[in-house]
Amino acid sequence: MSILVDENTRLLVQGITGNEGSFHAQRCIEYGTKVVAGVTPGKGGSQHWSVPVFDTVEKAMAETGANASLMFVPPAFAADGILEAIDAGMPLVVCITEGIPVLDMVKVHRYLRGRSTRLIGPNCPGVISPGKCKAGIMVGEIHLPGNVGVVSRSGTLTYEVVSQLTSLGIGQSTCVGIGGDALPGSTFVDILELFEADRDTKAVVLIGEIGGTMEQAAAEFINHKMTKPVVAFVAGSTAPLGKRMGHAGAIITGSATKASEKIKALSQAGAIIARHPAEVGFTTKKALENL
Amino acid sequence: MKVHEYQAKALLAQYGISVPRGKVASTPAEAREIAAEIGGKVVIKAQVYAGGRGKAGGIKTVSSPAEAETATGQLIGTRLVTHQTGQEGVPVGKVLVEEASDVTRQLYLSILVDGTSRLPLMMASEAGGMEIEEVAQSTPEKIFRRDIDPAIGFQPFQGRKLAYGMNLDGGQISEATRMMTNLYKLFIDKDCSLAEINPLVVTSEGKLLALDAKLSFDDNALYRQKDIQELQDKDQEEPLEVEARGWGIDNYVKMDGDIGCMVNGAGLAMAVNDLIQYCGGRTANFLDIGTLNNTARVVNSFKMFVADSRIKAILVNIFGGMARVDVIAQGIVEAYQQMNIPFPVVIRLAGTNLEEGQRILAASGISFIQAKDFYDGAHRVVEAAEGVTK
Repeated sequence: MSILVDENTRLLVQGITGNEGSFHAQRCIEYGTKVVAGVTPGKGGSQHWSVPVFDTVEKAMAETGANASLMFVPPAFAADGILEAIDAGMPLVVCITEGIPVLDMVKVHRYLRGRSTRLIGPNCPGVISPGKCKAGIMVGEIHLPGNVGVVSRSGTLTYEVVSQLTSLGIGQSTCVGIGGDALPGSTFVDILELFEADRDTKAVVLIGEIGGTMEQAAAEFINHKMTKPVVAFVAGSTAPLGKRMGHAGAIITGSATKASEKIKALSQAGAIIARHPAEVGFTTKKALENL
Repeated sequence: MKVHEYQAKALLAQYGISVPRGKVASTPAEAREIAAEIGGKVVIKAQVYAGGRGKAGGIKTVSSPAEAETATGQLIGTRLVTHQTGQEGVPVGKVLVEEASDVTRQLYLSILVDGTSRLPLMMASEAGGMEIEEVAQSTPEKIFRRDIDPAIGFQPFQGRKLAYGMNLDGGQISEATRMMTNLYKLFIDKDCSLAEINPLVVTSEGKLLALDAKLSFDDNALYRQKDIQELQDKDQEEPLEVEARGWGIDNYVKMDGDIGCMVNGAGLAMAVNDLIQYCGGRTANFLDIGTLNNTARVVNSFKMFVADSRIKAILVNIFGGMARVDVIAQGIVEAYQQMNIPFPVVIRLAGTNLEEGQRILAASGISFIQAKDFYDGAHRVVEAAEGVTK
């Protein structure tokens, strides 16, 4: 098993005819993902990489049975694209787009209430269940099928951590990039819940960073609900106050948003803390040996 | 993006929120004229992108136009150091000359987007005039919060609840409610990330007045807020960061060490800074070159490192995903061809097109220190920097 995506995922790519959408749709297909449809308004009826393109998400779902959407729509139009997918009843939406205005995401979150869609991202690398399905922009080859779940706010730091795991022979059940924005569709807690319930996930690696208090909420969950070991690293110990460190959500605005406070909360909750980012693989290896 | 107090107050006034009478001045003579026009006591306030101005000597109350001129002369052209700035402070280019207000109470009012509820959040408190974080620690019961449903907007009943929370009474309740409604409208219309009135004061006539105001805006929304974008004062920002943007490097933050680093991805770049510190070094910058399919940004990053006299060694740490290792390698070779690199360079490459990248570096004959993995890269650059005396 795995979470969010697997061999039964039928992927739709919103923005498939754009530069990035086109490039990554092809990489996903090469990885073995079943890409069943694309959506670009105005290009319905055409084909792209032998994938049928539709004008609307609703039509694409009806005709192809797509059950997950990967979004590459530009920032000014991305929220509208997500709303369209939610309205169509898409079970899973993975939004890669970086730079969506915060108030657009406020509307998206309001619209999500009481509806069935799960949103991952925006501003994220996507989701991969190694050997089964890649719904994202990550490099497929560095992954290895296995039993460790990875959840992270970062892209390339996740690649670094995954490659450490893989080089130690530690495979992954699913790797989820929840994204670097201030208002992610899914939080650490949302994903930890799924990993806790997943039979094939034995341990979880959590990669947090400065900004917000999502790591503290994760700590709370780990303390009370999680039976599986969690290895954690929080990036940004050296980040200065009030400076945005690349990600829209990575900014220290108060003491709780500092790396040190998050590490303290996670450690007190029983998470195993990697002292530095190059040590996450080994820390996980030790945690698995103690199981 | 931040703006100055005088610009924030002009926006508040546009939205019907009362602010003290005043104007901005760039010279002592202008300040004198404005003070004469206002008459009586005026306050001279240094316009900088930092809080804590009062304690730092950036706010002065004077009683005549002549004094206004002198006080302004003492501020303009200097650098103000507050607890929110570095030791070097921020330059004072303008002052706001405002009528002095007769204050009986200092309150607090703000709106931001709450990360937990994912909704706009209005906060009000009767403990104004100090930082809200302090209030939250010492007297949290004095802070009142209302989530705002974006579908229906801010509602009068919410305003009343918050106004009663601030212990306002009589006509002040409806006045405060109107002010909150207008502030929410401004927040939404202009894509604010923070709208803060602190202190919101009650004058001796019982009127509400925004005595100080801070507005900041969502960088992701600036494309649709051209008028706000024009308010940006580059003099208030770190010169190296402004320079980096000029080179097309948007994600550059100045740090106070001596090791330069160039990384792809924000999380990995933060982690590189952390790891270098763990290995005993200190970085001169945070730099995420992002995803690129041309070599210019790599060459420009090297130009910045070469121009930065603090730098003793640099680490290039790339984990190719969307960014291709061969393109980065080609960029490094071009940088070596275009300029003299006066410091040791440690390179760690991994990911997409690694072999081709390694081949390009090897074939070029350039001199660099190759790192075998992430830890090795950080360790070697710290070692290299230690060997350099400056």
